[in-house]
Amino acid sequence: MTDEPHALGIEPRAELFPHGADVGVRGIGPSRASAFEQAALALTSAVTDPARIAPQERIEVACEAPDDAYLLVDWLNALIYEMAVRRLVFGRFAVSIDGQRLYGEAWGEPVDRSRHMPAVEPKGATLTALKVERGPDGAWAAQCIVDV
Amino acid sequence: MDASQLHQVSNWEWRLEPKGAMRVPAVVYGEQRLIAEMDDKVLEQISNVACLPGIVDAAFAMPDAHWGYGFPIGGVAAFDADEGGVVSAGGVGFDISCGVRTLLTGLRVDDLADRKDALAEGLFRTIPAGVGSTGKIALDETQMDRMLEGGARWAVEQGYGRTEDLDRIEEDGSMPGAQAEAVSPRARKRQREEMGTLGSGNHYLEVQEVAEVLDDAAARSFGLAAGDIVVSIHCGSRGLGHQIGTEFLREMALAAPAHGIALPDLELACAPIRSELGQRYLGAMRAAINCALANRQIITHLTRRIFADFFPDTTLPVLFDVSHNTCKQETREIAGEKRRLFVHRKGATRAFGAGHPDLPPAFADTGQPVFIGGSMGTASAIMVGPAQRPEHAFASSCHGAGRRLSRHQALKQWQGRAVVDELRERGIIIKSPSIRGVAEEAPGAYKDVTAVVEAAHLAGLSRNVATLLPVICIKG
Repeated sequence: MTDEPHALGIEPRAELFPHGADVGVRGIGPSRASAFEQAALALTSAVTDPARIAPQERIEVACEAPDDAYLLVDWLNALIYEMAVRRLVFGRFAVSIDGQRLYGEAWGEPVDRSRHMPAVEPKGATLTALKVERGPDGAWAAQCIVDV
Repeated sequence: MDASQLHQVSNWEWRLEPKGAMRVPAVVYGEQRLIAEMDDKVLEQISNVACLPGIVDAAFAMPDAHWGYGFPIGGVAAFDADEGGVVSAGGVGFDISCGVRTLLTGLRVDDLADRKDALAEGLFRTIPAGVGSTGKIALDETQMDRMLEGGARWAVEQGYGRTEDLDRIEEDGSMPGAQAEAVSPRARKRQREEMGTLGSGNHYLEVQEVAEVLDDAAARSFGLAAGDIVVSIHCGSRGLGHQIGTEFLREMALAAPAHGIALPDLELACAPIRSELGQRYLGAMRAAINCALANRQIITHLTRRIFADFFPDTTLPVLFDVSHNTCKQETREIAGEKRRLFVHRKGATRAFGAGHPDLPPAFADTGQPVFIGGSMGTASAIMVGPAQRPEHAFASSCHGAGRRLSRHQALKQWQGRAVVDELRERGIIIKSPSIRGVAEEAPGAYKDVTAVVEAAHLAGLSRNVATLLPVICIKG
């Protein structure tokens, strides 16, 4: 389904980076879709430890945007919305991207305050430090600042 | 920040003359040390704000300014619709109308004595706080519309508080011009179970002691004396405001080229005030202001109920309620001409001085209270609008200290349990559903609020009235 190049030998990873009162989320992966999955994992890690989240419930998300950067923001904001209205935290993600259309799945469970110890509630993904790009090594990086 | 780029106007005011695409100067307040410690990004961001269409006079950064998104936190700018001025979702932020409300208790420190722990527990059990918490008030669509257009006035009509509370809230508790129909179904859904909740992050409810009075006359007029106990509530428009910010930021950024606006930073997303999008945002943003006012009103009601369990004679009157993430239409005299301007304050507090025509009658002779929030364990301040007229920076002052360390750095440096224990030894009770949240919000992660308050005082943005120290903190 995806039409994008896939770099071999790139280990997917999620990172947080500092930003004043808020927090930067960054996903790195061998493909754009993988980088988006990792960015979502970074979003979760700003709230709680993703390893503590059981995949009890699955939700689906679809987004369409004019470019990669807005697609990332839309993906993260769709997750933030689902987290807020369903009171869930997500620990696993699957993304496929076709052009500028994204289809995503997230698995998680209701927030358990004693087990998850959620630190902050994400308010929204911002357009600050927003980048989706492919590096010289072929690795995709997807990042932005999230207001918490 | 490299002060060598700036022209020093006084010990407390620094100016960057327009260059490049800047339409007006950028002005930064603070003494030399604060300026030196300020992030370079503040100057970059406030200079970008100075490039926006229809900006009037200057773009201002308060002494607590720090790197935000688009506008710096602590940024103030006003726009004139007659000159093609804009309204900016990025200039208000996600937490629309986040603010502080302070309640008087009539209690003295000694009155709490052996009831402090039980009071803390009662407040913690009653005021929903933290990620995933829900309020007990679920609104149907009709009630939601009424709340969005009525604000704290709606809440009082529902039995949450008293009519006289409204005299002590900006806009008399109800922001005019709110358009419930401009608020999306998703924003409404996000708010459905969040009325009367504190939220998380740096939001809190604190029981505080007036530790020091610095302006006797103003303190007396506000009903404050050293040793008094007050309650401060810091929160905003919850999920509804966050969703409105999210939606309009995207829409405004994408529509900017069609409006002929070149954005120096996407996060300055804005639209002409006299455009359909600008008007729709103003309607939705004002509805979010009402949501925040209603939210703080409901929390006030819950707080009163708990205090009454322990101290039956207390009524907890509102001292004042201020918002620090807003865009409001205000009249200003510029070069002898009265103009209606759209004043954006992002992480900045309105600070009307004595005699300002828009002040509530209770503050006509003193100026309005200005609340500067601290973090668990650190001081907060009550200030008052400045004596001189016209006020600086469209009558604005700072709102809090700002972070010194990122959340990540704080988490590496402190453990939540140890922070709670250490504060307990100092007589401060912390109640939070998240021990990790406590570590991220550790007092040491924040700058010293005293320096910020002093800078605001000396710069003439607002006058220092009293210092508050925390006794109990309910942390989201």
